[in-house]
Amino acid sequence: MARLGSGIEAGRLSPEEYASNFSDLHPRLDRHEALVAADRCYFCYDAPCMAACPTAIDIPLFIRQISTGNPLGSAKTIFDQNILGGMCARVCPTETLCEDVCVRNTAEDRPVEIGRLQRYATDIAMDAGRQFYARKPESGKTIAVVGAGPAGLAAAHRLALHGHSVTILEAREKPGGLNEYGIATYKAVDEFAQREVDYVTAIGGITFDYGKALGRDFSLSDLTGQYNAVFLGMGLAGVNGLGIEGENLLGVDDAVDFIAALRQTPDKGKIPIGRRVTVIGGGMTAIDAAIQAKLLGAEEVTICYRRGKASMNASAYEQDLATANGVIIRHWLAPKSVIERDGAVAGLEVAYTALGDDGRLVMTGETGMLATDQIFKAIGQSFSASGLGALQFERGKIVVDATGHTSIENVWAGGDCTGIGEDLTVAAVAQGRDAAESINRMFAAGARPATAVA
Amino acid sequence: MADIRNNFVGIKSPNPFWLASAPPTDKAYNVERAFRAGWGGVVWKTLGEQGPPVVNVNGPRYGAIWGADRRLLGLNNIELITDRDLYTNLREMKEVKKNWPDRAIIASIMVPCEESAWKAILPLVEETEVDGIELNFGCPHGMSERGMGSAVGQVPEYIEMVVRWCKQYTRMPVITKLTPNITDIRHPARAAKRGGTDAVSLINTISSIVSVDLDSFSPNPSVGGKGSHGGYCGPAVKPIALNMVAEIARDPETFGLPISGIGGVTTWRDAAEFLALGAGNVQVCTAAMTYGFKIVQEMISGLSDWMDAKGHQTLDDITGRAVRNVTDWQYLNLNYIAKAHIDQDACIKCGRCHIACEDTSHQAITSMVDGVRHFEVKEEDCVGCNLCVNVCPVENCITMDALEPGDLDQRTGKIVDPNYANWTTHPNNPMARQAAE
Repeated sequence: MARLGSGIEAGRLSPEEYASNFSDLHPRLDRHEALVAADRCYFCYDAPCMAACPTAIDIPLFIRQISTGNPLGSAKTIFDQNILGGMCARVCPTETLCEDVCVRNTAEDRPVEIGRLQRYATDIAMDAGRQFYARKPESGKTIAVVGAGPAGLAAAHRLALHGHSVTILEAREKPGGLNEYGIATYKAVDEFAQREVDYVTAIGGITFDYGKALGRDFSLSDLTGQYNAVFLGMGLAGVNGLGIEGENLLGVDDAVDFIAALRQTPDKGKIPIGRRVTVIGGGMTAIDAAIQAKLLGAEEVTICYRRGKASMNASAYEQDLATANGVIIRHWLAPKSVIERDGAVAGLEVAYTALGDDGRLVMTGETGMLATDQIFKAIGQSFSASGLGALQFERGKIVVDATGHTSIENVWAGGDCTGIGEDLTVAAVAQGRDAAESINRMFAAGARPATAVA
Repeated sequence: MADIRNNFVGIKSPNPFWLASAPPTDKAYNVERAFRAGWGGVVWKTLGEQGPPVVNVNGPRYGAIWGADRRLLGLNNIELITDRDLYTNLREMKEVKKNWPDRAIIASIMVPCEESAWKAILPLVEETEVDGIELNFGCPHGMSERGMGSAVGQVPEYIEMVVRWCKQYTRMPVITKLTPNITDIRHPARAAKRGGTDAVSLINTISSIVSVDLDSFSPNPSVGGKGSHGGYCGPAVKPIALNMVAEIARDPETFGLPISGIGGVTTWRDAAEFLALGAGNVQVCTAAMTYGFKIVQEMISGLSDWMDAKGHQTLDDITGRAVRNVTDWQYLNLNYIAKAHIDQDACIKCGRCHIACEDTSHQAITSMVDGVRHFEVKEEDCVGCNLCVNVCPVENCITMDALEPGDLDQRTGKIVDPNYANWTTHPNNPMARQAAE
């Protein structure tokens, strides 16, 4: 076995190790565990957790429903606000949202396990195939949704609920967006993303058109001409580059591609990984890539981040998860150049950084060398699309108002491609849902709403 | 080191913790295990008259209610008196008493309400040399349908009659066990005293249906799809038991009558509270049935350590200490005025005090101050009801602070009167008595 083979090799571990490493990070609570966890909820008045949830789920109510043995009622409370509550229960950084503000933190530094309770209820409902919503009669209105990610799915469900007909145009071959391609494998096992899409679209009135990319296969004006309204939820397709020497060498890859490949490859033993892996970046993508590199059998995995711990976009919980998995996180290191040997990556030259007197990042002048076989770039994604005509942008993202309406009549947008909210699944769901309501209101009023940008 | 030896109507035991007459005391095996664990005494599971023993149901005998993490809060049972042969029980009682001379063993008895039945069994029990007898006038289920147990305990005249027979036919101390399934516990207690009882013990279990199976629509415990009311016990019944003990302790007619306190005793604190309200010792069942006999070790050390901390030397220093403070509502001081106060450092901002007060009481707690989530008592609206204290999940976060005489009560706009004044003299009371000149 090539467990310690240098270079980028597949099959470093035994099948059992792969199975164990990529199993469910937090298995579903069993009934008793759920009752005990639910009992810790104080059923707060005007609960802070609810205010901290971008989709404003009535958390005290759904937890109380679990505690009284009504998980289906609980699931409905969740889905009423967030039809992707199942995935959000798995991937939400609850430690920075609902659980961060749980009053139990004040009393005993341990919040109610809201995320795991949400998974308990939603899993039960989804496993039972229980649908809570029936479509209203066909309205005759048609909407094009661009992108089958969290924002698009949430918008599509809510629009379908109101009786409208939705066509989702998706550039890839599968729906789900980042839920399918961008989430660490151990957070959404057993094809959960696809099962969730099936669950959401079971309401009816939603059709998919795969392999259709905006700017390549159609333009926004094509859609506005054909449909009564358009919702743009195509996320961020571009990946930021390092801009350093050696970036194009064999062994330098985008972390998002690595994460997507992991999700799409059932046999993890087929995925090659370096013996020594370096991940550049400080966000969730860097963490997900680094942990999974380790789980694939890399002996040494190092995250290089050019600023300090406090600046990392990855939550403290995620950072701890990485270090608990044996990942080394190094701060104040910026990539300088990739070192080549025999046409492949052999090392990464790094420059030490510090905060200058003006608070800006400066190079200290010192450099170092990391021996590495493989480098993953995880320094952020960017908006990349064409065919959007006169759509207005600001700082590379689509300009929208609070309801998701863009600068173009009958065009709404939500999720990471817009400039509002955090780039989180749960925020995308909220924006998709709210845009759908806004679109529905426009239909109901039979009049066109004011545009966001004059 | 506090002395917790117990002398209850002349029956001595090394501590005041007895096991009540119940399944844990049905046979020598259990009782010896209990004594090894440290229990001061046991009331042997109730004996019936000679002849074929009673039979129990062969399905479930217990039902329960639970709190968080399945903590058992209340237990319900439909088990009858001992279903073992009378002579087997008597033989074992004699043997165990011989082996454990320093522990108390009491024989619980339930036979038909006929003089001959009592006259027949008492010499048999006396022969075992156990320390005393307890008359089971309490069980509300099964045996009561046959004119025994609570069927006797609900008729004071029967209690008096049976107690009188027992005092006539045995030299053993008689403890009369009372049923709570009666409107006023003082009447059966008075009857027992008139009959000459040496003590009363209470409470026996409370008639109850503990739950209904919502699939089969059968009460629990369900015996083949049907249920029968059972006897309710455990922590949930303690407040009812404490009140009944106190009622007897402060009743002029039964004042001084020894009381063995029963009902939800789970920890040393529970025991101390029963003692304070007039019990000479306590009997325990549900806690042992939930956790095993070892719990007595916590009770012994807890009671002893508390007595040391408070300077109480013997159980006599505690027994009845709270009785003088139990009074009728009409004598409570209406000039005692307290206001809730929220410790902002301890507050975790759950808002339960606010919503309890806002929705169900006096709208006296804020939820938002200057746009910030903030819970504070509005003294001008606070009636001092204590609900916020009870719903607050943080101990001592909300306290009831008494106003001092001379302070302004912002709710009424009046100055706090230093003088005691109660309802009997209140001007709003149509029955008010003229205060003495």
